[in-house]
Amino acid sequence: MATDILHTQNLARAQDFLLKPAGIGAGELEQVMGRMLGHHVDYADLYFQYSRQESWSLEEGEVKSGSRHIEQGVGVRAISGEKTGFAYSDEIMMPALLDAASAARAIARGGREQTLALATRHGQTLSLYEPCDPLASLEDTAKVSLLEKVEQEARRQDPRVKQVMASLGGSQETVLVMRSDGVMAADIRPLVRLNVTVIVEQDGRREHGSAGGGGRTDYGYFLTEDRALSYAREAVRQALVNLEATPAPAGTMQVVLGPGWPGILLHEAIGHGLEGDFNRKGTSAFAGRLGEKIAADTCTVVDDGTLPGRRGSLNVDDEGTPTQSTVLIERGILRGYLQDRMNARLMGMAPTGNGRRESYAHLPMPRMTNTYMLAGDTPPEEIIASVKKGLYAVNFGGGQVDITSGKFVFSASEAYLIENGKIGRPVRGATIIGSGPEVLTRVAMVGNDLALDSGVGTCGKDGQSVPVGVGQPTLRIDGMTVGGTEE
Amino acid sequence: MGAIMKGSKNTPSLEDLAAQTLDLAKAQGATAAEVNAGLGHGLSVTVRRDEVETVEHHRDKSLSVTVYFGCKSGSASTSDFRPEALTEAVRAACAIARHTAEDPFNGLADPEHLARDIPDLDLYYPWQLSVEEAIVLAQRCERAAFATDKRVSNSEGATVTSHEGFDVYATSAGFLGGVSASRHGVSCAVLGEDEEGHMQRDYDYASVRDARDLPEVEVIGRQAAARAVRRLSGRQIKTCQVPVLYEAQVARSLLSHLVSAVSGPSLYRRSSFLLDSVDTAIFPEMVHLYEEPHRKKAMGSAPFDGEGVETRTRDLVTDGVLRRYCLDSYAARKLNLVTTANAGGVHNLMVKPGPEDLAGLLRQMGRGLFVTELIGFGINGVTGDYSRGAAGFWVENGELAYPVEEITIASNLRDMYKGLVSVGRDVDYRHNICTGSWLLERMTVAGS
Repeated sequence: MATDILHTQNLARAQDFLLKPAGIGAGELEQVMGRMLGHHVDYADLYFQYSRQESWSLEEGEVKSGSRHIEQGVGVRAISGEKTGFAYSDEIMMPALLDAASAARAIARGGREQTLALATRHGQTLSLYEPCDPLASLEDTAKVSLLEKVEQEARRQDPRVKQVMASLGGSQETVLVMRSDGVMAADIRPLVRLNVTVIVEQDGRREHGSAGGGGRTDYGYFLTEDRALSYAREAVRQALVNLEATPAPAGTMQVVLGPGWPGILLHEAIGHGLEGDFNRKGTSAFAGRLGEKIAADTCTVVDDGTLPGRRGSLNVDDEGTPTQSTVLIERGILRGYLQDRMNARLMGMAPTGNGRRESYAHLPMPRMTNTYMLAGDTPPEEIIASVKKGLYAVNFGGGQVDITSGKFVFSASEAYLIENGKIGRPVRGATIIGSGPEVLTRVAMVGNDLALDSGVGTCGKDGQSVPVGVGQPTLRIDGMTVGGTEE
Repeated sequence: MGAIMKGSKNTPSLEDLAAQTLDLAKAQGATAAEVNAGLGHGLSVTVRRDEVETVEHHRDKSLSVTVYFGCKSGSASTSDFRPEALTEAVRAACAIARHTAEDPFNGLADPEHLARDIPDLDLYYPWQLSVEEAIVLAQRCERAAFATDKRVSNSEGATVTSHEGFDVYATSAGFLGGVSASRHGVSCAVLGEDEEGHMQRDYDYASVRDARDLPEVEVIGRQAAARAVRRLSGRQIKTCQVPVLYEAQVARSLLSHLVSAVSGPSLYRRSSFLLDSVDTAIFPEMVHLYEEPHRKKAMGSAPFDGEGVETRTRDLVTDGVLRRYCLDSYAARKLNLVTTANAGGVHNLMVKPGPEDLAGLLRQMGRGLFVTELIGFGINGVTGDYSRGAAGFWVENGELAYPVEEITIASNLRDMYKGLVSVGRDVDYRHNICTGSWLLERMTVAGS
């Protein structure tokens, strides 16, 4: 499907769906914009959204609960310099829109209502996923039986599996952005996810393991390439490894991070600190450091919202800017920030398609999409063989960063000791802490095995959650603080 | 004011909406149904470097319905209150219920546990706060922060928020309860910078039901500034095992982990490090934890829980011994126990304060680590393994010696609870879980 055709279809569908029932056409949008655009308002936008989501969950062998959620509304924003006025309504109707516009534009005093004719043009957009409806892509009975098969597969692996929890979730979000510069853009975003957690027990000791995946597609994704069942097997494998694990060491040591999801390192250590808002305000440890060397020569890190079907990808961001691949670090040099429109304008930079919001009821901010490091040329076995004593961490739970001090943590959910170049016994409870501006200067080896995560990441910032992706090749980092309990 | 049973002067229509939704469920053949509906509005104003940064007008609206067909259930929610949207939500919930499995533990709370009188807990104090007034308060707060110390170099801003709402819970068995509540706050986050250009951020905030209970906004600003600058020029310490003092606002997280470990789902999934722990000592003898749901004006107060069950003061831990779990009706039936009115969580979980204030606890510790901030999620709820990033201060001779950062603190929650030496009387009342600072016997600190 050609990009422009899909785009026109998306826009037409979004208009039909979001605006037409309320009788909102070009004239009405101009009226709302006119209410905001006095001479003190530099920019305004309207964000219309309708989303449907569902989740099904299984425990004790049966799908016992499920829920559906429908949400719709419009967010109205007016910007004057660095000031933002924001109001929203869950009613997509003219009176509510005009009220919201009045409330939002109160940010700029002295503005007068304008009559304006917006030269509306259709924004550029990409075509990274089909505008499908995941909820309708599978019969409800098939969703239930998919979860049951996942459960059976997990139990079949090992008699020590005592509990299996599995969940299936899908959503479809239709958004339409109308900007004061006349650009109108729309996107229809599917998203699916399947997760499995198992509890295993042996001699009174219990452990758990989790796996899952998803992306911007429909439920058919889980039925192909044996994906759903492979998550079940992976969760059991991980839980059984942890059953054997002994306490992790404590102290500073060489750390080898596996490929894929351990890229959460980049998300925490680098990505957040390079978001435009923190840098405009000077509150990030990376503020004012563009062009400086902040990583080893072997490190090139990008944020790429254009990867087809990925969880973190978007055809256009929530301000109607097409997503792109933004180089953050190029061969060790800090090259770019992640920008939304407001911060880009205030910093004299170009928007990078990273303006995202959780919903119409939230303000957009610079956010990551899919953040990853490009592959190097060292085979991963060679990297492990190069370590005399250290930690090999291949799976992680969550992470967090203090963007001002630059300190970040992420917690391993599967890790092993490395002794004399060989992977040794599994260890548990290893949280790793480091300093964002320094950690990549300690990257000693970069693997040739770049992998992206399986589509499970959700990023939180200022109370707003958005789906993201991460990835990296195997990395050896010389000197990270590992927080186990064994001295 | 406060809780209202029927005929609320605030938003009587919300009760009607709930009733309509229950009727729709009945018409669809549901044998039972329950509805939660909420309506709220608020204002949030942020000032940064003396300039207005954001003015946000909030309006929250949500309705969720759970339908039962015998022992099968399904749920749906919507933010759209028009009749067609309510019909669609009920239909969606019923469609799901057709596909879920029979679960004999499903259903509404048993009638004998339901709240009969709904006491007024003094939770509703609307604040007629204009945007202009909020701006002035936020400016005063942030200016006080900048005036506190020359090293305060930057700001993430000061925010003033006000929110009020009305929530209704209704069931097909005839329960109908509503609570009006307000929540107002002031917060400030600023950055300090040392001679080498290294920055630290910290914050302070207040959160109350009644705006008249807010401290002077300057106090929040000054406290945020003092917290930020005292962290400047922090360093790593060597890996060691030492006593650790959790400041009250981070000690609260240790109780959250406890609540999660003794809550229904963790127990019936056998995924808790505190399985089968009722009537066993999980803390030293001096520890007393209890819920106080009817505390006036408190942040976690509720006359009834998420399924209409009457709340009352109940011990959780007495003389160090775990007395009960935290259960809703579903978990209680599954575990062959009785609901503890914890559908939706705990309500004002309080820790009996000890005799010492923070300075006293520091003296008691003598030498060790004082933790003021935690980051990361390194908690394994199945095993109790605990390892989180931390920042705080090295303590020598009972006094703060220097700031510490880029370290982790690790142990196992079971050992941490057993090793609780003292609880402070510096109780932090800003949340649903209220405790003073905690002095723990020993943890592994990983550093250089």
